[in-house]
Amino acid sequence: MTMSQLTPGVVPGRLPAEAYCRNFADVEPPLDRHEAKVAADRCYFCHDAPCVTACPTAIDIPLFIRQIATGTPEAAARTIFNQNILGGMCARVCPTEQLCEEVCVREVAEGKPVEIARLQRHATDTLMAKNVHPFQRAAPTGKRVAVVGAGPAGLAAAHRLAMLGHEVTIFDAHPKPGGLNEYGIASYKTPGNFAQAEVDWLLMIGGITLRTGQALGRDITLEGLRAGFDAVFLGMGLSGVNALRAEGEERDNVHPAVDFIAALRQAEDLSALPIGRDVVVIGGGMTAIDAAVQSKLLGAETVTIVYRRGQERMSASRHEQDHATSHGVRIICNAAPVKVHGNGAVREVEFAYTEDGPGGLKLLSETFRLKADQLFKAIGQTLGEVPEGIALQGGKIAVDAAGRTSLEGVWAGGDCATGGEDLTVTAVAQGRDAAMDIHAELVGS
Amino acid sequence: MANLQSDFIGIRSPNPFWLASAPPTDKEYNVRRAFEAGWGGVVWKTLGSEGPPVVNVNGPRYGAIWGADRRLLGLNNIELITDRPLEVNLREIKSVKRDYPDRALVISLMVPCDEDSWKDILARIEDTEADGVELNFGCPHGMAERGMGSAVGQVPEYIEMVTRWVKTHSRMPCIVKLTPNVTDIRKPAEAAKRGGADAVSLINTINSITGVDIDAFAPMPMIDGKGTHGGYCGPAVKPIALNMVAEIARNPETHGLPISGIGGVTTWRDAVEFMLLGAGNVQVCTAVMTYGFRIVEEMISGLSDYMDAKGFETTADLVGRAVPNVTDWQYLNLNYVTKAQIDQDLCIKCGRCYAACEDTSHQAIAMSPDRTFSVKDEECVACNLCVDVCPVENCITMRELPKGAVDPRTGRTVGDYANWLSHPNNPSVREAAE
Repeated sequence: MTMSQLTPGVVPGRLPAEAYCRNFADVEPPLDRHEAKVAADRCYFCHDAPCVTACPTAIDIPLFIRQIATGTPEAAARTIFNQNILGGMCARVCPTEQLCEEVCVREVAEGKPVEIARLQRHATDTLMAKNVHPFQRAAPTGKRVAVVGAGPAGLAAAHRLAMLGHEVTIFDAHPKPGGLNEYGIASYKTPGNFAQAEVDWLLMIGGITLRTGQALGRDITLEGLRAGFDAVFLGMGLSGVNALRAEGEERDNVHPAVDFIAALRQAEDLSALPIGRDVVVIGGGMTAIDAAVQSKLLGAETVTIVYRRGQERMSASRHEQDHATSHGVRIICNAAPVKVHGNGAVREVEFAYTEDGPGGLKLLSETFRLKADQLFKAIGQTLGEVPEGIALQGGKIAVDAAGRTSLEGVWAGGDCATGGEDLTVTAVAQGRDAAMDIHAELVGS
Repeated sequence: MANLQSDFIGIRSPNPFWLASAPPTDKEYNVRRAFEAGWGGVVWKTLGSEGPPVVNVNGPRYGAIWGADRRLLGLNNIELITDRPLEVNLREIKSVKRDYPDRALVISLMVPCDEDSWKDILARIEDTEADGVELNFGCPHGMAERGMGSAVGQVPEYIEMVTRWVKTHSRMPCIVKLTPNVTDIRKPAEAAKRGGADAVSLINTINSITGVDIDAFAPMPMIDGKGTHGGYCGPAVKPIALNMVAEIARNPETHGLPISGIGGVTTWRDAVEFMLLGAGNVQVCTAVMTYGFRIVEEMISGLSDYMDAKGFETTADLVGRAVPNVTDWQYLNLNYVTKAQIDQDLCIKCGRCYAACEDTSHQAIAMSPDRTFSVKDEECVACNLCVDVCPVENCITMRELPKGAVDPRTGRTVGDYANWLSHPNNPSVREAAE
């Protein structure tokens, strides 16, 4: 039977075969050399530039843009990688409209910032396409560091430590490295298996052993790592998912959005991936947007994001929201799920309107229902199993400015640790900075 | 719509926009297209002596420099004079002039530096009905090596001599085209006037190498691994041309000598600037080589609107209006005191003014932690650099201190006009006082 957008239930192959390729192509195609030069020419080379201040990794943006403008994108890439070894991925996934591009003086003046992200991608792509690594390892220090998690924080920490001459082993629970870069980001932001290519390129620094399928608490223990290594960096991210706490949440076809995104990223054949005719996504962040847009791109007829607070509170940027609505996703704000209806599988979700006042969020008595064959929860994630004895704060591993945890010889960074937003770029900064502190500790005195 | 009718040394054209002698005016086909597009006149690409025509290189003739978005700012050429037979050019000139009697058609000439050569060529062009001749004493490449072009234009005596031959052997109005590759442009202009020239036109191209191929280690444009200097033109040369036009216009020896302004004229505004400095009309080349002939429509509407706004009835009303205000440094008013001021509403906080002033000038701009930039009047020498580097027009302006105000930098009261000639630091003033 041929499926279409109107086929009821959760089915694969709603679209013609060629549509998948088109829908999941590069969302923002790269700038060619001339386009990059034109875009670079718009940069004013500001003094003490606001964009640099806004970048969690403090990339010298005016310098790398000037290097592009003068025809040396490889030099530009080195400027970027010097601060952010995952500058290639960050160029694709950073919410730059809330970071560097938001404070670009040309955004402030004209509402049209210098296209920093696309320029960064131009530079990093140019260098990475040559398959050379711009850094060399320092002489071996004889010190060994364990890194838990091969996501942005772990990779950034491992690279910096390896570069400084330490011997690094990365442990990751998943079959592939990359963390959220590999499992948690919309396909169209990083097509062409970029996440794996980036990891391979990063590992060219040498001195890093990657061990996948090694979960903390299952295959390895923090105690064991502390005993076997000179230092430990924890960057395993968040593996738990918040519950809706709505009646009927256990019904079939109710899933964490992160699982859907991960499955989609790992799918060999997108046309084989089942998707509902009517999809509802609950949440207000980037995960909600990524799940909703990709549901639509897989052929769902209606996709609705429902967020319990007002639009201004959504953590997804306006740019992301517009991206969703331009793909036909409907966004409903100020409504919270109260019941998941259905007979076995979800059929409808019932929402109560909300009021966000000084006393907190209040559910109003009026409710409405949305048809749903599939319900994705994107309401935040939590730390998974916590190593014993480590101090937490607000549900995350407590760290100081240098990434030190309460345990001697243990550092942490990225989404599993306190501090900063849960962004790739923030994780990179924390991993890098923790690595510098580990280095100082190991070789200092 | 203002009347743009132009009368330049008796040569009438519907507007003061002519095409300069160059590739766009080398053939009947191009010139007819130019006239159809609305150009007031053309100076036909330079003709040489009878006989086998010159040849051109068969590799690149042009090199360029670009600004943002590959906007062409400067063009360099190593093309020679027309490489088509003389009789073909003469036939075409006659044909075009017959069909466009209201347009100006001037013939550019370059022949060896002897009287017979000039006498012969003048005789040959006699019955084309062309409106005048322009003597090419300008081209700095190729022909100069053969004793023509700028080789003549760099020797005032030769200019005077050849101009006199032309005026002796022809009744046609004669324009002498000057090379800028000299140290003092007034000397060749004076020589042209002495020789009887009806007008001068300037500038011809500037000797240049536009760039170097840093892989092949050779200048560009590159011909089989070698390059040579060529003639530079386009928007980049306009400031040089404006100064040379003004120098001739305000020189007592040549004041009033008609000038055809050339050098980077790209828009109506450029044309107005040349005319205000004394040019009776302008000649355009690089702009049409970049954008095609249709830009004349913008030039016509722009000049017309400007004249209407200023109340000018004819183009003659604006010619030379800025000349009295071109002066020597020594006459500038040293009691004119200004201070930069930054419009905080327009400021986009890029900090370029700060970097420029702090690193390279007078440390006269303060930057606060919230990126507010303000001028320190006690340090500001009014150099204008901040204005020049600011990306926002009119964000930084120069405020004049009124008479009687105290300049916080010098502690002196702003007084009446006074220039260097009476300044106590001037050695001649000191001597007189002693």
